[in-house]
Amino acid sequence: MLKNIIVTMKVTPKPEEIRFDPVTKTVDRSKATNEINPADKNALELALQLKERYGGKVILLSMGPPFWDQFLKMGIAMGADDAVLISDRALGGSDAFVTSKVLAAAIKKIGDYSLIITGEESEDGSTGQVPPGIAEWLGLPVVTYVSQVVDVAGDSIIVRRTIKGGYEVVKVKMPAVLSVELGVNTPRFPDFERLQWAQSEFKLTVWGIKDLGLTENEVGFKGSLTAVTELRELRPRERMRQFIEGSPEEIAKELVKRLGLK
Amino acid sequence: MSEWRGISVFIEQDNGELERASLEILTRASELGKKFNEEVLGILLGHELDNLIREVSRYGADKLVVVEHPDLRHYNSDAYTETMAYIINKYRPRYLLLPATRNSRDLAGRLAVKFRTCLSAHVIMVDIDEKDRKLVTAVPGFGGNIVATVVCTNGKPEMATVSPGTYEARPSDKEAVVIKESVPEDIIKSRRIELIEKKVSPMPDLSRAEKVVVAGLGTGGDLELVKEFANLIGAAVGVTRPLADMGIVPRDYQIGTTGVSLRAKTVFVFGASGAPHFIYGIRDCGTIVAVNTDREAPIFENCDYCIVADLFDILKALIKELRGEVHA
Ligand SMILES: Cc1cc2nc3c(=O)[nH]c(=O)nc-3n(C[C@H](O)[C@H](O)[C@H](O)COP(=O)(O)OP(=O)(O)OC[C@H]3O[C@@H](n4cnc5c(N)ncnc54)[C@H](O)[C@@H]3O)c2cc1C
Ligand SMILES: Nc1ncnc2c1ncn2[C@@H]1O[C@H](COP(=O)(O)O)[C@@H](O)[C@H]1O
Repeated sequence: MLKNIIVTMKVTPKPEEIRFDPVTKTVDRSKATNEINPADKNALELALQLKERYGGKVILLSMGPPFWDQFLKMGIAMGADDAVLISDRALGGSDAFVTSKVLAAAIKKIGDYSLIITGEESEDGSTGQVPPGIAEWLGLPVVTYVSQVVDVAGDSIIVRRTIKGGYEVVKVKMPAVLSVELGVNTPRFPDFERLQWAQSEFKLTVWGIKDLGLTENEVGFKGSLTAVTELRELRPRERMRQFIEGSPEEIAKELVKRLGLK
Repeated sequence: MSEWRGISVFIEQDNGELERASLEILTRASELGKKFNEEVLGILLGHELDNLIREVSRYGADKLVVVEHPDLRHYNSDAYTETMAYIINKYRPRYLLLPATRNSRDLAGRLAVKFRTCLSAHVIMVDIDEKDRKLVTAVPGFGGNIVATVVCTNGKPEMATVSPGTYEARPSDKEAVVIKESVPEDIIKSRRIELIEKKVSPMPDLSRAEKVVVAGLGTGGDLELVKEFANLIGAAVGVTRPLADMGIVPRDYQIGTTGVSLRAKTVFVFGASGAPHFIYGIRDCGTIVAVNTDREAPIFENCDYCIVADLFDILKALIKELRGEVHA
């Protein structure tokens, strides 16, 4: 029987809708659609399947602005039991070091956990650093790039992990941190009735940094160990974009000629 | 305590198989070492490493610190983190660079918190600031569309994981002095993770292939003609993320931000829409040919030859054309 299964969840803007302002050199996310970080949906799905097999309580955990509450409620509608949002002005500008510290402090406060399940990486930052960071703050083992849970046996969990050229199966003592590979399962749809309940009645827990015993100097820009000094756009280089028309045979001939494929 | 000095590079291996990106980073470190008069230290953990030691010592390091132990043969997050922490505390390198591979990112993320130090992830440029000697890196974000210049503001060693393929590996005439270290047994033994089973097959190094044929979801996962065409032109085969998700080929064949970045001279893309995460993986390639039934697909903004057609028709015609040439 598992205890709490804490799933970290981030909300990310779709990359193709991000605009870069070359004059102010800033990223404009305002027009981009936000979504639950894709890998975190896979993490939640894995957690829900674990709960179905081995019991436990699935708790969502996010560190972000207040408007993320709607996405947490989406997660509740998918089947999570509870959700905690860490929201505080002082958190702006937090790097992966601070993010993992804050999430770890919240995990401690939630307590009584068997597993912390994260996505392999976030779609915007994609550092993949937060999961091993959380593990280190909490003194827990971590298994990254998990593709499948094989079994839970006593106080250990057996998982399959993607590695170069294949996979490995490892057994790890719980509590442990698992980061889940993007795309390893098909996240279920939110349940419509549960969504209505989540939106009208469910009470989300919101904590500030004081609730976690953290001070302003430890978080945000001040607490971060890295600083961004400049942003620029990495435009893929201009391409010829020449359309080749004709029948498949004509196109094939033309390509073979132009690219010297013979 | 002595000052933090020198540039160290984590040399990744697994079961005697060297991660080539380590040599690329070592080459870059030795350039930086020369420029800033810093000693370059390779750190290699594993078991029965004689061949690797010989190879790695030719890539510009001044010293190569080697820890050999049967339990380090395969990557183990706990054993590797603790052993690296021990070596870092002993040698106190100012900088630590690692390849941005799964295992090294796992290791780097833990070490950064352990040492309360900065870490830049999967960087595509690594440098040292002329004035204050801080580590400066370029970090792609938002699907690779935007690059941030990131500096380390606090902590030692200043760390970065470097994307494979960012630098070129070049042997140097210098040969590293090999230092064999042993670490206390309990450091390696007190681990909470046990390997039960492992299955790997040798993978082609797509980042070095001259020609690559990429299959997207438009193929529906049917790679027969793609493979036949690739064979005929001597190209490697790659895929977009959804095909790897479906398990049709191992993840190592995936092109893009969460896969391999190609450097090929010629790339064919069959049935891929051209999402930013994918385009990132072909941005440095020579000529790109794309085939897609949808004229509006974003891939056509990022290729040289655009073909609006059914990919299977084009593949069949290409195969026929090439075979015809051979028999003629
Ligand atoms: C964090 C994160 C990381 C990611 N990393 C990567 C990555 O590294 N690599 C990657 O590839 N993706 C990555 N993705 C996924 C990416 O965003 C896209 O979803 C993916 O690239 C789409 O793959 P596709 O183009 O093959 O499929 P689709 O977008 O479904 O495109 C299929 C295309 O095939 C065309 N088509 C269909 N039938 C035919 C036919 N018979 N003939 C010709 N054309 C046809 C269609 O018109 C369509 O344009 C990532 C996503 C996230 C969230
Ligand atoms: N602000 C955040 N709130 C909740 N979870 C997060 C946050 N940032 C990162 N994570 C988790 O850590 C994983 C890896 O993120 P990253 O290290 O930023 O690539 C994500 O998939 C999330 O599960």
